[in-house]
Amino acid sequence: MDYLDGNMLAGALREIFTVDVTTAQARCAGCGRTGMVAQTRVYEHAAGLVARCPGCDGVLIRLVRAPDRAYLDLHGTSFLEMPMP
Amino acid sequence: MAVVTRGFTGRGRVDPKLPPGQYLTEDFPVLSAGPTPRIDLNRWKFSVVTETGQKHSWSWQELLALPAEDVTVDIHCVTKWSKFGTRWHGVPVDTLLADVETAADYVMAHSYGGYTTNVPLEDLTDGQAWIAYRYDGEDLAPEHGGPARLLVPHLYFWKSAKWVNGLEMMPEDSPGFWESAGYHNYGDPWREQRYYGD
Amino acid sequence: MARAAILRRLSWQAASIAEIREETDTARTFVLDVAGWEGHTAGQHVDLRLTADNGYSAQRSYSIASAPADDRLEVTVQRVPDGEVSGYLVDAAQPGDMVELRGPVGGYFTWDPEELDPVLLVAGGSGIVPLMSMIRARGALHSRVPFRLIYSTRGPGAAIYADELRRRVRDDRGLDVAYAYTREVPEGWPRPAGRLDAALLTAAGWPADLRPAAFVCGPTGFVEAVADLLVAQGNDPSRVKTERFGPTGG
Repeated sequence: MDYLDGNMLAGALREIFTVDVTTAQARCAGCGRTGMVAQTRVYEHAAGLVARCPGCDGVLIRLVRAPDRAYLDLHGTSFLEMPMP
Repeated sequence: MAVVTRGFTGRGRVDPKLPPGQYLTEDFPVLSAGPTPRIDLNRWKFSVVTETGQKHSWSWQELLALPAEDVTVDIHCVTKWSKFGTRWHGVPVDTLLADVETAADYVMAHSYGGYTTNVPLEDLTDGQAWIAYRYDGEDLAPEHGGPARLLVPHLYFWKSAKWVNGLEMMPEDSPGFWESAGYHNYGDPWREQRYYGD
Repeated sequence: MARAAILRRLSWQAASIAEIREETDTARTFVLDVAGWEGHTAGQHVDLRLTADNGYSAQRSYSIASAPADDRLEVTVQRVPDGEVSGYLVDAAQPGDMVELRGPVGGYFTWDPEELDPVLLVAGGSGIVPLMSMIRARGALHSRVPFRLIYSTRGPGAAIYADELRRRVRDDRGLDVAYAYTREVPEGWPRPAGRLDAALLTAAGWPADLRPAAFVCGPTGFVEAVADLLVAQGNDPSRVKTERFGPTGG
């Protein structure tokens, strides 16, 4: 039980995006499962933040923070669905 | 500029013998990007695969039968903690590559659970790397990479792949898990090569 | 046509500790002064970062304990064994000390006062904090939405906000609180010490056919066990929201 939920990504992602991405739906590029980013399994005791699919454990999101830049990898997510005003 | 919190020291101490930006720790933090693989030793296999497809494999018993050595090294994690004098026991990678014919310059280390990391071949030879299966006098615990992990202490510790199960010779370099996520391709702690482009 | 809100990226900002209140032996509430604080939604959290003189820094997430209607931002921190950040906050921090804060964040684990379905709150240890923000929000709004809280702790001494919960059960109509004590129980307690189980969830929770909105918060293992029990009782998984603190509880 060494993971947290995607809710814990909220602060880090909110430094990059101007909206809360944890309430977006994400489709796993590995298994096709769609679920809320807040419900992914987040490994935060790592060299970066890694969010995995609760279905197949595939990596959906990776975020590496350097002091003056962020590297965001979303290639494990085939889409993020976000409501627009 | 960061706000300093009065009286907070945390777990990190500064020491002149450390690479730049590192802090010394007494404990051994567990960092993991995914669930800890649980591997059955009866099925454990370590393979070296060359660029021509030649494969050399060792079962767990075969690995343990190889000449191994005790090593004491300092380790440096890119997340800023360092630990001096860590004691390991394992098989030098030189031993595993002794009968391997390759013209490749690069290696991808593969792990149970899917983790990968790339290292130039010349950084794994000449006594610079081991497949380690004991730490601090005991069997290597799963959360620290057991039953066996790669140990390449002169690079940032993300290169010392936990749960290692193979080395793949590559004629051309290719980034592994963290290298493709924004970390540095080589990772020399003494030149503070943490992130892509550093 | 509505004017679009100006959206900005969030960044770390300085916060000072205005006041510290002792909640239990190991838990403290910190009242924080943050310039430009615009309020939050009940259930959200903030990230706190502490930096030492030598540049070493550590950060953790803590749930907001205060109600959105309160003037002042409060977080409650429970000291975890060997906790680098919680150990400092609970044992060493003093009013006037500065930390860095990023937040409020987390739009998923929040209570919407406009929803009229009954609410089930299940807390394990320090998981009570975001749920207390929801209870306080409900009180400030004089909401009539029925709330049931089931709070699992080692024993009565470990329960945070116990007095306030007693007062609110008395004064905020429609709030019920049940305790599950896992290690020590008070004299004459009807239930022996033990983990929260299906029987207690049934007795103190809501029947699934009322379609309650459930919020479960605490250590990962606790949250998963309770969420599984709630689904097994017939609750739709999409109606069970979880916030896992990890093995150490924050």
